[in-house]
Amino acid sequence: MMIHNTIYCGICTLPVEFCEFGKTFKKCKLWLEDTNPEKFNNLYGSNVNNTSSLSSEKENQISSSLAKMQLKEERKQEREAENLKNSKILIKRIPRTKHKHIVAISNLEILGSDIDMKKIAKSFASKFATGSSVSKNAEKKDEIVIQGDVAEEVEEYLTALMKEKGIEVKIEHVTERFTNKKK
Amino acid sequence: MFKKFTKDDVHTRTNLKSSVSKTLKAKLIKQYPLLEDVVDDIIPKKVPITLFKCEDKIQLYVIDNQILFYQQFDDLIPELRIVHKYPEAFPRVQVDRGAIKFVLSGANIMCPGLTSAGAKLPDEDWPVDQIVTIYAEGKENAMAVGKLSMSINDIKTINKNTGVELYEYLGDGLWHFKAE
Repeated sequence: MMIHNTIYCGICTLPVEFCEFGKTFKKCKLWLEDTNPEKFNNLYGSNVNNTSSLSSEKENQISSSLAKMQLKEERKQEREAENLKNSKILIKRIPRTKHKHIVAISNLEILGSDIDMKKIAKSFASKFATGSSVSKNAEKKDEIVIQGDVAEEVEEYLTALMKEKGIEVKIEHVTERFTNKKK
Repeated sequence: MFKKFTKDDVHTRTNLKSSVSKTLKAKLIKQYPLLEDVVDDIIPKKVPITLFKCEDKIQLYVIDNQILFYQQFDDLIPELRIVHKYPEAFPRVQVDRGAIKFVLSGANIMCPGLTSAGAKLPDEDWPVDQIVTIYAEGKENAMAVGKLSMSINDIKTINKNTGVELYEYLGDGLWHFKAE
């Protein structure tokens, strides 16, 4: 039996002929035109006659509802991009005793859903040779807590990570003052 | 089955013993006889198979971080990328163009979508619970895998209600699942 080769879309990961039913059809089309012009012509070229058994009325209905969905998705992505611009990663430096600090990083989840906080915490731990863990903060959100004064290094690591992923998020530093309540 | 499926649903992962993988191969050939001459390409002899045990008693068979088959009860069901590689090996049905949108959002397939002008059903009768791969009018590749919830003859004659229960489709949780 022959192995059948399928071309998968680099944007939506479906086989290319299903892009038109995906949410990112426009982008998918551009991608295919760039990477595989031959297949692009096969699918979207001017001499393709649509062999559909449906009446033209129904066909129009399908395409209009698809267009609606794609428009919605575009708007959603715009909104998300806007959100990403406005949000920032918070690196907090919190004093423990007089000369010791811990660093808490919150808001990391905006970097994308494929980020695994536990894994990052582990890599911090081995990189800085300190304790590092994921815990919930006061707002019930996950944050990474590192035992040690490594705020600068953490920022370096995060900017490198973001460069790799091609996104840009502001990083803000906050230093909490040491408050000695016992007088 | 995989509309929502993430790595949180995986409970344990273990490497299978070679004897177990042998029986797996035998079972595979029994279920899909056409796979017989390529089964060693799908499951190479020396490479260990990893078994992911997941929520709802779903088991995934993984080689090299690639899901090959999964199983909930007795039937082994191929992952869609495997179907794309060996399209001839699995029983196929075809739906019309109007149904694609719904199938790709995870709906079960209704009989009229299987019997209308753009759709194709096999001539022979298949029993209930047969695993089928679902193709679409004007499309080259499979877009979903499901299980017949009526026999083919019933679908043709009754032509109402759900004909195929959908297991997985393009773009669902399993499709985007990364086994690392």
